Amino acid sequence: MVDKVLFYIFAGLAIASAALMVTRRNAVHSAIFLVTALLATAGIFLQLRAEFLFIVQIILYVGGIMVLFVFVIMLVNLDVALQQIQFARQKWVALIVALALSAQLGLMLWSSEKIPGQGIPVLAAPAASDLPPNSEAVAQSLFGTYLLAFEIASVLLLVAMIGAVVMAKKEK
Amino acid sequence: MIQATMDFLKLYWAPLLCGLVIVAVLPLIVGYIVLVERKLMADMQARLGPMRVGPHGLLQPIADAVKLLIKEDIIPDNADKLVFWLAPVLSVGAALLSIAGLAIGPAFQIARDINIGILFVVGVSAMGIFGIVLGGWASNSHYSLMGSLRSSAQLVSYETAAGMALVSGLLLTGTLNIKAIVEAQYTEGIWFGMLAPVAFFIYLVASIAETNRAPFDLPEAESELVAGYMTEFSGFRWSLYFLAEYTNMIVVSSVATTLFLGGWLRPFARVAFFNFLDYVPSLLMIGVAGYCLLRTPKQPSRVQQLFMLAVAVLCFAVALVLLAPAVLPIAKPFYAGIHGGFWFIFKVSAYIYFFMWLRFTIPRYRFDQLMRLGWQFLIPLSIVNVLVVGVALIVSSYFNLHGWAMLLVTTPAAILALVVALMILAAGQEGQAGKESAAAPDFYGG
Repeated sequence: MVDKVLFYIFAGLAIASAALMVTRRNAVHSAIFLVTALLATAGIFLQLRAEFLFIVQIILYVGGIMVLFVFVIMLVNLDVALQQIQFARQKWVALIVALALSAQLGLMLWSSEKIPGQGIPVLAAPAASDLPPNSEAVAQSLFGTYLLAFEIASVLLLVAMIGAVVMAKKEK
Repeated sequence: MIQATMDFLKLYWAPLLCGLVIVAVLPLIVGYIVLVERKLMADMQARLGPMRVGPHGLLQPIADAVKLLIKEDIIPDNADKLVFWLAPVLSVGAALLSIAGLAIGPAFQIARDINIGILFVVGVSAMGIFGIVLGGWASNSHYSLMGSLRSSAQLVSYETAAGMALVSGLLLTGTLNIKAIVEAQYTEGIWFGMLAPVAFFIYLVASIAETNRAPFDLPEAESELVAGYMTEFSGFRWSLYFLAEYTNMIVVSSVATTLFLGGWLRPFARVAFFNFLDYVPSLLMIGVAGYCLLRTPKQPSRVQQLFMLAVAVLCFAVALVLLAPAVLPIAKPFYAGIHGGFWFIFKVSAYIYFFMWLRFTIPRYRFDQLMRLGWQFLIPLSIVNVLVVGVALIVSSYFNLHGWAMLLVTTPAAILALVVALMILAAGQEGQAGKESAAAPDFYGG
């Protein structure tokens, strides 16, 4: 019962703040709503007993990336941006894409109810005490099962970082 | 619905009560930390400090709090009202929330046994930066904006170094759970601050920068930016920022205490020869009580004498409470809770004292110096240190070393890290030699 209520609170908060984030004119307000959306998503992670993902979401996205976002928003001249028309004129394309996506989702939901074995499988939730500790589980899959993929991704990120540094240096 | 609420309360009444107590008591504690700081500053500058309100200014925090509460609340005309209102609340909320993960002794912890313990504390307290950044932006003033820009740059850079320092500490424990971290130090019989001194040093420096304290208090440098991000805040909102800042001091020193200074453990907790240390807490409190008693007749007025006497009696009562578990067999079960709490608070106080000492000793850094220290010295050093500590751990597990014997491996590792640090410094000096004549970069409003 409490779980269900919490889920709907977090999910509603995430969707509402995501909608507010794209509709606000002020970039800083958008950033604040993006933070609440990320926090609500973190709450859903916590509710699924994925406490490591919860705190990584907060440390990386909220504490790291969003702070840099806000930093950059403050450095650029906002007064100019406010006067410009902020919405690209692609209403109809956006509408078609959104409709296609919702049709797809609706079909999946519909088929999972009508045809058993199709669409989204609904798993029975295991008891919280049966779940392995989340940080250990994440570590095992990262450094055990998917070690090669993880290392390749790390090297890729490192290359991107070095590339950014090199490009920043060239301008001098 | 009501049933669910009752079930929830039945399960969580103890943490909720602890949380309420912390929220209620913390402002008082913070007020007294401020008083201690003012007294220390006065002592180091050969002054007396606050003396008027209560004997030796003991009631000054309460007078200050009342003054701040009844001050006029000013919101600048062109401020973003909602964000202006939200920002200080964010700062305080994050700081108070992160206290929930801390363990003040084995018996007092709000969020018990959470698997991500120390990450929760660090991550949630890092959210307080939004309060500073948004507060500076919302006040619509140049000084405030510069203060918040400096602050976000500073916090992001030093959080990396602090995080890497914590990683080297966590390598030694192998867990994130706060209780398990302290228990690991109990079984090893040595504080991890000794096994990873370089990590402890990096965390010390980074934690000063993260709490915006001198010598790294550039976001609110009064001689350059009036008061940085809090320039436009007054009265109660201003005091909320101060509450957040001092709470963050408590949080970072608690994290350092837990990971590097043995948490709530007594020095040499496993050696029976040092059991006499169990009497130290009560002796210390008796000493304080005796000093208060000695000063009582010297107070100028009758009320002040009575107040001083009351303080002496209070200290004596605390001493008795601390003595009971060491002497009385009935009170033995409470030993861990009471003495653990004492040692934890003692270590945290020592750490905060060190913060204050630094504040009154070292002049403020320039902003570019601060960024250079963070990015070109602390972050490379912390990364090297993680590698070195990891190698030392592998070697010590190969030779099956435990406890103090681990120093045989970790000390050379620390020396190696120090050599690397000196090399980084030397390289930085060489790089700087050519640019010495150039003026300091005028960036971030520095």
